Amino acid sequence: MDFQLIWFILIAILFIGYFILEGFDFGVGILMPFISKDDVDRRVVINTIGPFWDANEVWLITAGGAMFAAFPHWYATLFSGFYIPLFLIVIALILRAAGFEFRSKMKDKWWRKVFDQFIFWGSLIPALLWGVAFTNIVQGLPIGEDMNFTGNLLHILNPYALLGGVVVVMMFVLHGALFLSLRTTDDLKERAEKIAKTLWIPIAIVTAAFAIMGYWQTVLFEGLGLIPGSLPTLAILSFIACFVFMRMKMQMYAFGAMALTILLGTSVIFYGLFPNVMPSSLDPAYSLTVYNASSSQLTLRILSVVALFFVPIVLAYQGWSYYVFSKRVSRDAIPRE
Amino acid sequence: MEVIEIARWQFGITTVYHFFFSPLTMGLAVLTAILQTFYYRTNSEHYKLLTKYFGKLFIIIFALGVVTGIVLEFQFGMAWSNYSRFVGDIFGIPLAIEALMAFFLESTFIAVWLFGWNRLPKGIHLLSIWLVALGSVLSALWILIANAWMQVPIGFVLNNGRAELSDFVAVMLNEQMLVMVQHTVIAAFVTGGLFMLGISAWQILRNNQVEIFGKSARVALVFTAVSALLVATTGHRHAQHTVIHQPMKMAAMEGLWETEQPASFSMFALIDQENMTSSREFKLPYMLSVLAYNNTTSEVKGMKDLQNEYEEAYGPGDYIPPVKVVYWSFRLMVGLGMLFILFSIYGLVQWWRNKLEENKLYLKMATIVMFLPLLANSLGWIVTEMGRQPWVVYGLMLTQDGVSPNVSAGQMLLTTVAFTLIYGLLAAVAVYLIHRFAKPGVPEDSEKMLHTY
Ligand code: HDD
Ligand code: HEM
Ligand code: HEM
Repeated sequence: MDFQLIWFILIAILFIGYFILEGFDFGVGILMPFISKDDVDRRVVINTIGPFWDANEVWLITAGGAMFAAFPHWYATLFSGFYIPLFLIVIALILRAAGFEFRSKMKDKWWRKVFDQFIFWGSLIPALLWGVAFTNIVQGLPIGEDMNFTGNLLHILNPYALLGGVVVVMMFVLHGALFLSLRTTDDLKERAEKIAKTLWIPIAIVTAAFAIMGYWQTVLFEGLGLIPGSLPTLAILSFIACFVFMRMKMQMYAFGAMALTILLGTSVIFYGLFPNVMPSSLDPAYSLTVYNASSSQLTLRILSVVALFFVPIVLAYQGWSYYVFSKRVSRDAIPRE
Repeated sequence: MEVIEIARWQFGITTVYHFFFSPLTMGLAVLTAILQTFYYRTNSEHYKLLTKYFGKLFIIIFALGVVTGIVLEFQFGMAWSNYSRFVGDIFGIPLAIEALMAFFLESTFIAVWLFGWNRLPKGIHLLSIWLVALGSVLSALWILIANAWMQVPIGFVLNNGRAELSDFVAVMLNEQMLVMVQHTVIAAFVTGGLFMLGISAWQILRNNQVEIFGKSARVALVFTAVSALLVATTGHRHAQHTVIHQPMKMAAMEGLWETEQPASFSMFALIDQENMTSSREFKLPYMLSVLAYNNTTSEVKGMKDLQNEYEEAYGPGDYIPPVKVVYWSFRLMVGLGMLFILFSIYGLVQWWRNKLEENKLYLKMATIVMFLPLLANSLGWIVTEMGRQPWVVYGLMLTQDGVSPNVSAGQMLLTTVAFTLIYGLLAAVAVYLIHRFAKPGVPEDSEKMLHTY
């Protein structure tokens, strides 16, 4: 069996899970200052993701761990190459977690303002930088003969990659707004629905521009030609479906369609890369592929057994926790201070 | 400073900091689960209040463990990419399994527990805190499988310039891991136990809800006393393992320059690493042979002989770790271990004589002793990690070869300073919050403590 392929798919799944789940967390965090009218609103918004955000973050930790185990060279090249962006992501995640945990533990206005900032920037920066990082990967990176990234920070922050970051941020904001419309009540719910509806068109325009530029900018379309394949087509369709469902006031379906869009969009990236994982722009021979970056067959085999066993269990109890906390959060649920 | 030095400082600072919180998490998770089990069995309101009270402190600490853990996971790739390439085949497996098996469990069920009061059946709710406790211990188990492999690498073949897995079971059941897990997990119980004892003692001293906190003090005392004894025995076992598999570390722990038979245990020495001598030594005859081999006759190798052996095996180089730090860290850890045993047994005697609440001096000491396990934990890791220098993977890879080649000293310094500052800030906030939430004691009405963000 081609274990490299299996693990490539599994890591893609872990990132997809991460982007879908933490995607709405990030969106909620970015929207929190804008959608709330007062402090009670802000607390409602935070509590919609209260029981979930930590477990959602574990998807990233697992993706990192799995990458380390299954493709050590991929892990090493990616993490050392994107040293500063990853550092910023980590710092942002730290401050964001502190924001959730500590914000409402004190009543003082200034205290809450500070932690509100942590939540906002701590959600915005990782979303942006994940977009930048993945765009860089599909653009191809100056990877040398020894598998190490040789560029600098300016290279990573190129305009097209920044546009990729903006697309991801916008997608997550929409995703978060839809999530909020499912988890809140009354005014908040209406505002969330309205935000989602107004954002859809600008997001569609920016994303379309990004995708079209991708023909020149990335390695993704080399294999595809002018007619996009089924994955991109499905991604576009599900994104349109999201809009239709919103119009029909079927929020649950709209949220599902949005999640599907993220799933398909991320799949396009991974599918387009394969068998590369980090294409080199210096010389295709230096590219990291699933074959030259992977662990031994034995390691991959053992990991597969472990994943086969534990992934369903994790999915089951995470799903169960969403079911337990499926009740909407209303203003009455916030204790009076 | 060179990249390698900064990278090492960064790793040291970030792991030690993480390890302030993870043992507390482990210990408090188990203790909170025990308190809740008492509540479940007896339906006593006091235990319910105590569960919520310590649960609240637990959650603040847990949060810090989580945020500092992410840094560690990423750091291998960011700062130690050559190391990651070399060990990924083996080292990555436990890390991946840890996330899949332990972190998901912990992070999901901590939320279920926190937000689930009054929403879930009592039995399921109790189960969720036990699952958190289980998750935290599993997390220690898997990370220690990884660490044990870098201390005593087994079950691999060298292939394509990397260590590739050849025997998974050997890696999983590394004896080094078995001794480490026992000692580390039980040390975490001591850490949690003394924390709970200290907080309870503080409330009793302030004359606040004495009856309730008398109960938690007693639970903590029994838990700590048992754990403290086991920490010493498992530590002894650990030393016996080290002397065989990492003799250089053991010699450094003892400041032992010359091979001795029978070997004596050094109580005090002024160590001069440059000239390879020690002065003003005070030694207990035979005791090192006892510590290392449980008899009074065995030989323990000294650093000079070992240095020669290593040069023969690995070529010229300096294979002696920083002796002074390792020597004194070890002394201090063991001293603290002895102190914890005496301290908790003395507490039990006070209880037996019905004087626990009256003995103000003891209670005052408890409010100070509660901080010392954090120190002992850090010292233990300093012995373990610095004692294996210059190796990052014992006998296979030097620390200096593990660092990322394409990260500059400036970048490394920037991130190190930033982590240190942010960690300092977070620690201040956490200590402040713990103090603030601990101070009023348990509320009159247990329903007043529903969890919301
Ligand atoms: C509350 C914390 C605590 C306490 C009281 C002790 N230890 Fe410890 N010790 C640790 C916490 C710790 C630790 C931080 O958990 C370490 C680091 C690595 C490990 O496995 O556990 C450790 C490591 C460690 C090592 C391993 C060094 C190596 O890597 O070779 C030895 C030989 C001992 N300990 C021995 C002892 C003895 C004889 C103690 C006597 C009471 C003792 N420890 C008390
Ligand atoms: C959690 C408790 C731990 C603490 C307190 C700790 C402490 C330290 C310290 C102080 C250093 C610096 C060594 C030096 O400068 O000489 C270090 C290095 C290192 N440790 Fe640990 N460590 C811990 C656990 C681990 C674990 C569990 C692993 C592996 C899974 C690990 C892997 C490393 C690595 C890769 C280095 C860098 C190389 C080096 O400088 O030796 N550590 N650690
Ligand atoms: C013996 C050493 C270690 C022990 C016993 C330990 C234990 C724990 C525990 C109990 C937690 C749960 C949260 C908390 O503790 O406060 C945790 C969190 C975490 N640890 Fe450690 N840890 C150790 C070292 C490390 C190292 C070296 C890494 C890096 C690979 C690491 C990565 C993490 C991560 C990523 C989290 C966050 C998980 C989450 O989001 O829920 N730990 N650790």
